Amino acid sequence: MIAISASFARRKAVNVVMLSLTGVCTLLAVSVLFFILGYLVVHGGSSLNWDFFTKLPTPVGESGGGMANAILGSGKLILLATLFGIPIGFCGGVYLAEFGGTTFPFIVRYVTDLLNGVPSIVMGIFAYTLIVLGPRPHFSTLAGGLALGVMMIPISLRTTEEFLRSVPQALREGAMALGASKSKAIITVVIPAAVQGIVTGIMLNIARVAGETAPLLFTSFGNRFWSPGWDRPTAALPVMIYTYAVAPYEDWHRQAWSAAFVLLMLVLTINVTARLILARRGHSRR
Amino acid sequence: MSSPSTTVHEARPGRRASPFARLLLTGDEITYLITLVSALSIVVITAMLFYELFINSALSRHKFGWDFLFTTTWDPVAGQFGALPFIYGTLVTSALALLIAVPIGVGAAIFLAELAPPKISDFFTFLIELLAAVPSVIYGLLGIFILVPALRIVEPALRATLGFLPLFQGPFYGVSLLAAGVILAIMIVPFIISISREILLAVPADQREAALALGATKWEATWQAVVPFARTGITGSIFLALARALGETMAVTMVIGNQPKINTSLFAPGFSIAAVIANEFTEATGDLYLSSLIELGLVLFGLTIVINGVARLLIATTSSKVAPQ
Repeated sequence: MIAISASFARRKAVNVVMLSLTGVCTLLAVSVLFFILGYLVVHGGSSLNWDFFTKLPTPVGESGGGMANAILGSGKLILLATLFGIPIGFCGGVYLAEFGGTTFPFIVRYVTDLLNGVPSIVMGIFAYTLIVLGPRPHFSTLAGGLALGVMMIPISLRTTEEFLRSVPQALREGAMALGASKSKAIITVVIPAAVQGIVTGIMLNIARVAGETAPLLFTSFGNRFWSPGWDRPTAALPVMIYTYAVAPYEDWHRQAWSAAFVLLMLVLTINVTARLILARRGHSRR
Repeated sequence: MSSPSTTVHEARPGRRASPFARLLLTGDEITYLITLVSALSIVVITAMLFYELFINSALSRHKFGWDFLFTTTWDPVAGQFGALPFIYGTLVTSALALLIAVPIGVGAAIFLAELAPPKISDFFTFLIELLAAVPSVIYGLLGIFILVPALRIVEPALRATLGFLPLFQGPFYGVSLLAAGVILAIMIVPFIISISREILLAVPADQREAALALGATKWEATWQAVVPFARTGITGSIFLALARALGETMAVTMVIGNQPKINTSLFAPGFSIAAVIANEFTEATGDLYLSSLIELGLVLFGLTIVINGVARLLIATTSSKVAPQ
């Protein structure tokens, strides 16, 4: 009897210890987020000023200046990437959800997952070989936009497919019973019913590529001045953070923190907004 | 779906739609074709990606052959390129990252799926997903200015306790394989947590209830009945995280030290495949140099494709095991 209760006490103890440990693991993981947020707010937010948004970088050794060109550059790169990546992913998603047989959709889904797993730096090499190594070799906004655009395709496709699939079959049948052709039913009934989900998917997608640095290093390259048009090297916010962080100047480090703060706020705001919309729509997974 | 439609040329008076939009609205085969071409283009783009990497690395592949993967000299001046130091650095940092991240990730996933009340679990998962969205360059920035100084403080303790291992010997400069491994671990924990949690949540309730009914404690039910059921899927999530770690560029290149040498000590600086591409691509003078870097890209591409493929397979296996119930 004593032996049994002793082993029972031991099992109880193991139970409590292990369960608390899993709680500790969770707290540890989550605390990283608060640490990053807190540190960037204190360190980056404090040295943020208007110059950051309105001025060009100053020459080495001169303090002050901002990253206006990098903010604009990032905007242009994201615009290009969205124009390139979203339509392909969206239409591909419509195909998988609304048309499609068995074998080919399986291949498309599998390839999409593989493409999604390709490291971003490899996407950079891809855009480099396609555009930068062209007839007149040079870095450009266009090449950077292409690299980011390819990265947007897989997620765009999978979210479009997922949200179209969540539209009840009865809506399609209703539209077709009223005499709509299949494509009319898709365009006027099914897609509008899923549009909120698809748009939030696009937002999350944009937030992801907005922070990408690696594929831009040797496609859009970087620039300390304005970059008019689409055919010249351009600065981008994440690349600036990297360049400034590894440089040996104190003032540049300060600006890197500010840039990181701005980038993080942008990415987190988009993420929180999109996820709140999704949760309200009843798409939370539990 | 692609059957001929008679409605293509049907007039639609009273609408401002252009002829093109009208075709779209009524023509099934046009919508079908557009979406089909988009779906197809994804396959084509992936094939092109491989083709470009393969063609543009031809010079290096022909010159060095398989030796490229097994030699250690990386000397751009002499035109000698061997990838082993980078492969070594990539594997060591990724292994270290898994070693740290897997217990924490799986532990947190167990807490969120089995213990926490749904509301708290959902909120924490939300935070974890935000963590996964933090750009890698920001992890790198924190790595340089916080993690590396912090490791300098921890280093004497590590040396005192584990110093008998060759892994923890030699001089420590801060930037090191250790720093890269730790930052990678922090970055992949969210992925392990969110996927493992999904998989644990999908384990049928009978599995827990049966164990609890037999008198198991909560932990025993979880560890001996639920986790084994989800083992394949959890392994899949770990493989996905591994693929991430292998391809991660910015955070690693900012803390690994960027030296193409093979050192057994984790205290020593190293280099990874992604980091060397990021660092040397723009300054690669000469076709052979560039071609070697692109071949490194090919190696990384192959590595992540294989590991991702395995991961998807493992996760799909678990899902299909759960689905019929």
